Amino acid sequence: MSVYLSHDPGVWIAAALTLFIFSFLYKDNPLYKFAEHLFVGVSAGYYLVLSFWSVLVANLWDPLTSALGGAHGSPLAARLGDYRAFLLIPALLGLLLFSRFLPRLAWLSRWSLAVIIGVYAGLKTTGFAQGDFVAQVQGSIQPLWTASWATTVSAWIFTVGLLTTLVFFYFSREHKGALGVASRAGMYFLMVSFGAGYGYTVMSRISLLIGRLQFLLHTWLGVR
Amino acid sequence: MSALDRLARLDRRWIFLVTGLLVLIPLLWPLNLPLTPAPPVRAYHDAIASVPPGSHVLVSADFDPAARPELEPMLRTTLRQLLQRRCKVVVVVLYQGGPLLVDQIVRDVAAAQGAVYGRDLVNLGFKAGNEAVMVLMGQSIPNTFPRDQSGADVRTLPVMRDVRNYSSFRLLVSIATGYPGTKEYVQQVQGRFHIPIVAGVTAVTAPTMYPYLQSGQLRGLLGGMAGAAEYERLMNERGAASRGMDAQSLAHVFVALCIVLGNLAQRARARREEG
Repeated sequence: MSVYLSHDPGVWIAAALTLFIFSFLYKDNPLYKFAEHLFVGVSAGYYLVLSFWSVLVANLWDPLTSALGGAHGSPLAARLGDYRAFLLIPALLGLLLFSRFLPRLAWLSRWSLAVIIGVYAGLKTTGFAQGDFVAQVQGSIQPLWTASWATTVSAWIFTVGLLTTLVFFYFSREHKGALGVASRAGMYFLMVSFGAGYGYTVMSRISLLIGRLQFLLHTWLGVR
Repeated sequence: MSALDRLARLDRRWIFLVTGLLVLIPLLWPLNLPLTPAPPVRAYHDAIASVPPGSHVLVSADFDPAARPELEPMLRTTLRQLLQRRCKVVVVVLYQGGPLLVDQIVRDVAAAQGAVYGRDLVNLGFKAGNEAVMVLMGQSIPNTFPRDQSGADVRTLPVMRDVRNYSSFRLLVSIATGYPGTKEYVQQVQGRFHIPIVAGVTAVTAPTMYPYLQSGQLRGLLGGMAGAAEYERLMNERGAASRGMDAQSLAHVFVALCIVLGNLAQRARARREEG
């Protein structure tokens, strides 16, 4: 095993900040606070700049100047695609959102919000109906007797799990007798799914630690 | 004081220390524990392997540096497999924190594979709008992304010559950490435009993706670092995910042990209090 320390100042800064954050595992301290506040500030600045260049300039300013500049003929020319002068309408709606800073004109922002909510409600509803509801109901209908015993067992477990879990969430009758047994079975299926979720969450968090330690070992210390 | 009582009062910093050591030591001295690719990972690999050479594949890389340890290995291996199959790769980013990171990965892999940017692959960069962008891409991708990440007019790039909308692609690869991500692609794109989708997601997201896999809405799935490592194994590579799996396995065993011991200690205390 050999060690080759990085000569990149950026790597040293990143390594120091990583160690500052790790120091919180022992106890809260000023180095951790410094790294935390720096992260919050840098993140806010980074996303602000990114939003300006990748949303405002790319989606509005550039297309509008291109459309209204006359380089493509009419500002409504078909070859401009989605970047025609129509963008003035969302630009206006975007500006209306800032009317919330003026109490007497604040009601104007509701028009923009109405468009945002309307568009996303429409997209979400159709998307959920197609992608989740119908397709999942179709997917839950399985043959219970197949040539393969493994598939058959799997289909039975799936179907029993599906039905008993649905029973668990049926609250219009007291869970006693057969309903109680089914409900309890549904609860066990749910607990298995929570356990699987927890296991995956542990994997995700450990992955973050592995990523940081790989950075410290290989990129910073150059351990090979 | 019994051993279980002492466990119940154990300073949590000892647990942090042991976890840290269990992760650190295998990174320095690998154990090379066995790793068997799971059926969803095999399906992911096979879905890409079945794309005819020369076909266009859309890769949506929607993650930021926080998900880098899990998703970067997936993206790198996926791009390598696609370029080795001589597929034309179009990369898009719908996650705001990701464009610069993804661009760096795309250019690294392209250089290593000898792929020519603009001819073999292109990174169209980030577009704000979440589901609205997904739906717009179904109408026209050149209109939705008129310029690539570096500002070039996409209509002038050879790789984009035959790209109109989702119908131009044989496969959509969604490598995503959250919103917008794979779930939104399934809801907005798979059902509406009938394009086959495979996904690589963070471990936290993976359990919510299994219903889509079971129903056939996803053709394959990589879940977290384990999925990435199994995929690397199928590609006969030993990348960052594979190197991290020894540490991952030891940490999981330790967490399971902590859960068992914690429950025993709690049960002993409850019994004593009842008594």
